[in-house]
Order: sequence, then C-alpha cells, then structure tokens
Amino acid sequence: MIDLRDVTKRYDDFTALHDVSLHVPAGSLTALLGPSGSGKSTLLRVIAGLEAPDGGTVSIDGEDATRVPARRRGVGFVFQHYAAFKHMTVHANVAFGLKVRRRAKADVRARVDELLALVHLEGLADRYPSQLSGGQRQRMALARALAPEPRVLLLDEPFGALDAQVREELRVWLRRLHEEVHVTTVFVTHDQEEAMDVAEQVAVVSEGRIQQVGTPRDLYEHPANDFVMGFIGPVTRLGDAVVRPHDVAIVDEPGPGTREALVERVAHLSFEVRVELTLDDGRDVWVQLTRAQAAELELEPGQIVWIRPSYSNAGAFQAAGSALSVAT
Amino acid sequence: MRVSRGMRLSLRTIALGYLLLLLALPVGFVFYKTFDKGLGAVWDALTSDNAISAIKLTLLMVAVAVPLNTAFGVLAALVIVRGRVRGKALLNALIDLPFAVSPVVVGLALYLLYGRQGWFGSWLLDHGIQVIFSTPGMILATVFVSLPFVVREVIPVLREIGTGQEEAAATLGASAWQTFWRITLPAIRWGVLYGVVLTTARALGEFGAVSVVSGKILGSTDTLPVYVQNRFEAFDLTGAYAASAMLALIALATLLLMTKLQPKEART
Repeated sequence: MIDLRDVTKRYDDFTALHDVSLHVPAGSLTALLGPSGSGKSTLLRVIAGLEAPDGGTVSIDGEDATRVPARRRGVGFVFQHYAAFKHMTVHANVAFGLKVRRRAKADVRARVDELLALVHLEGLADRYPSQLSGGQRQRMALARALAPEPRVLLLDEPFGALDAQVREELRVWLRRLHEEVHVTTVFVTHDQEEAMDVAEQVAVVSEGRIQQVGTPRDLYEHPANDFVMGFIGPVTRLGDAVVRPHDVAIVDEPGPGTREALVERVAHLSFEVRVELTLDDGRDVWVQLTRAQAAELELEPGQIVWIRPSYSNAGAFQAAGSALSVAT
Repeated sequence: MRVSRGMRLSLRTIALGYLLLLLALPVGFVFYKTFDKGLGAVWDALTSDNAISAIKLTLLMVAVAVPLNTAFGVLAALVIVRGRVRGKALLNALIDLPFAVSPVVVGLALYLLYGRQGWFGSWLLDHGIQVIFSTPGMILATVFVSLPFVVREVIPVLREIGTGQEEAAATLGASAWQTFWRITLPAIRWGVLYGVVLTTARALGEFGAVSVVSGKILGSTDTLPVYVQNRFEAFDLTGAYAASAMLALIALATLLLMTKLQPKEART
C-alpha cells in the first residue's frame, strides 16, 4: 500500500508535481498514465526515493517513508533501459540485492534459481546482459528487483524500449506475474492501451497533476474532464459536446435532436468504418461504425445524412461546463 | 569514399613515414647508440651507484604520484559528474591547470612556496623538513604535473554509463560505499586504467618541474630524466643513452601491460 499526500516537486523554475495525492491499495496493479513530461516518472521516482519531494509525504504500508533513503524503502525498481549491471552475469545481477544484505550463500543461490525460473531465464544464468535480447534483459531486471522481496514494485516505462511484439508478450506476462506474486505494483506508461490492458487501477497524470483515478472502464465511461476523455480514447466534437465517435448515430431522416451533415469520406479500416462528415455549421465531425452498421446505411461521399448522440450512460459531458476536478 | 590504389599507397607511406621519422627513428636511435660501445659498457653504466639511485628515485615518484592521483582523480571525476555541489565548474577548470602551465613554472611556484624564503618553506625547515632540493619537492612536482590524466579519462566514462546502474543498486539496498566498489568502479575500470598508464608515463618522464626543485646531487636527488641531462652535460654519452633506454623500456613495459590487461572488446 502506498499513500502520497500533497507531493510537490520543483526543478528550478519548473514544477514537475503539484500537490499530488494518490492511494495505491495493497496488492494492486496500478498504472500512472500520461504524456511525456507529465510528471508520471518523477512521481514514481519520488515513491522510490530516487527523488526527494519539496513538499508532501510518501508512506509505504502505513509508515512515513518521505525521509527514508531509497535503499531502505523496500522498493523494487525496473528502469526503462534495464540498468543491467553489465560486468555481472545474469545470476550475479539477480543476486545483487541479496548479497548486499549479506544473505547466506545457499539461500542466495536458491532464491536466484527460483526467480530465474519465474522469469523463464533458467538456462541463461551464466550469460552477460550484452548476450541477452531486450525482452530477456527486462525480465532479468524484474527478477533482480523482486529478489529482495520488496514491499512495492515500481516499473518506469518497462516496455518502452522494446519492439511492439515483445511489448505485447511482456504485458500479458506482467499481468500473470502479478497474479502469482501479488506485490503492490505501480508502472508508468504513456501508452493508454497498455495501461487499460494491464492495470486494475489507472491514474491519469498531466502537467504535474493527477487528473483522475479509476478502473479502466470508469475512466473510459466517466472521464472527469476533457483531458482524460481525449487521452483515454478517441473523441470528436458534436456542437459543444465532446463525444466518443462510436457514440454518434447516423440516420437517414431528421428527427428530435438530429443535425444535418454532409458525408465527406468513408474509410473501411479493419472491423471499424470511419465516416468523416461536415456539419451544417461547417465544423468537421467523425463517426466510428461497425461494418454491419455501415453496410446497412450504404453511405456515399456527397450524401446528406442526420446525426445525433447515441450514448445512454453519459459517455460524454458538456465540455463548456466541465471544471478540472482533480480526483484523489 | 573510393580511393584509388595509388592514392591509398601514398597516404599510407606519408602516415608511416611521419611516424617513423618523428617517433620510431629517434627512439630507435637511442637504443642503437646505447649498445654502440657493447653490452658491458651499458651494464656498467646502468649499475653504477648513481644510475641505480636515479632509477630508484624515479620509481618512487611513480609509486607516490600514481596511487595519489588515481584516488584523487576518481573522486574529483565523481564530484564533477555526479556531485550537486557549487564550485564544480571551478574544480573542473582547475584540474586542467597542470596541462596549461609550463612545468618550469610549476617548479618555480613550488620553489617560491616551499623554498628557504617561501611561505611554508621556512616553517618546514625550522621543523627539520627540507622540501626544495630534496625528495619531497620532487614528489610534489611530479604529483602536480601528472594530476589531470585520471580525472580527464574517467569523466567521459562516468557520463557515458549514466546513473541508471547506480540508482538500481540503491533501490536494491546497496550503500553508497557498496555501490561505488561493486558498480561504479567496475564500470569505469578501463578509463581508470588508461588514466593510470598516462599518469605513470608522465611521472616517469617529467623533467622540467622536477629539474627546478631537484638538488641535482648525483646519487641522491636525481630522477632518470634529470640524470640523463646530467650525463649528457658531463659528456658521458653512454651513460646518457643507457639511462634514456632504461626510461623508454619502463614506459614501453607500462604500455604493454595495459594492452595485456585490457579485454578484447575494449581494444579498438
């Protein structure tokens, strides 16, 4: 369990974190999601003790850790670029956290073997990091971080340096690992799909503030503000409202609440069909349809249609009236 | 770029000719002249009391200056690259001073400070410590001129390895001391080693600064380079050549040792 209270971090004249408060439940898998430069990595480094906050407190499992140095916090940290100890074998890398604690040799060996099995690197214990692939290096880094049995596992863009296919694999694998190990885990990512796919709880970070915390479904269906809505999924504008493009219905005759629109282009992407239209006031809007919906409508460029919002459970909100409420 | 055969040959000839004329020929000539009067004469020249004393004193210079400047160099590089203290830029600039200042000036400065009339000199003399015209002064001069090498070699390596490995070690529970010995030092070891070799070479060969503060007392305050000059001025050419060859041999041995110690992937 991690509790952040009013954490502030400044670099010279730049404020990276503004009074950030966040609760990470024990045993949960939480994502810090935000664009680059949003402060999410700084927040993770503050939790780890790699950066000292200028204000606020960090507590881990109920103990105030704000002034506790990184090496005594009981955190495991996985870096984007692995931070592998290049002059050590895979075995020595994983054993490092145990050796500096002067654990008995036999215990170290047993624990390292157990972890290498967990991350599927059994046969590679005597290799050097330079002889491993990116995915293998990151799994080694994970085993290394888990070796001293940390109270909290922190991952900073753990898959950011890997190619798409390996990234996908490791994502699934991280989720499974978390089910097995159940250590409180926080990972930083700028990829909303990755966050929604892996995490149980997502905290959206932007401009040094937490914009909203919730389950992936919560964030998608009830975004707290414009930023979250736009960052979590596709959006389009319908008059003054910001809506999801799949929450717009196209009909062939006017009715209550409809607006006239001109079909500009119909693009058949995989399972979705993207329709670009111009509204009667000259503004552009785009709509996401399923193949079945598109087939039924038989849309052609140049055709006049009527559109209206089709969502039922407030999947959108009035952009004009939305205050930036900071969820904590 | 495609280079014609003739062009390639002439480029190679120029490069090799340049090295031959400026480096290999003079050094080779020293060896040639050394054995001009036969092995016996060389042996006698090198085993004279004065020569042995000069060799010993030179090795003492290396034995003091190298460990001192290695420890200082690694520490200073850490402060300059990793430190969060004020005055880093000043420290960085000061370290190049021995490169910028002529060795003779270094010798004179030491003379002014530690000489009979110097700031520290008179106090030290009162307490029975003679610095100038004696071994301590020559050690000071050698340490001064060979100071920047380790720092300059280690700084770029420290920058290149970044802080990731050190931060990882910290989160894994390592103390600053453990992190330095187990992570940082192994990561910068080739930079340190190369700095040590350059420091050694400079400490062996330093003439200017050492010459000013050396008493030039044969068999007592002569390092090898000063001894070479002494022999040369005394028209003892065999002695001068033999001592020069000795100096060159020690330097070559240091270089060879480094190449031997370096792993294959570090050789470029």
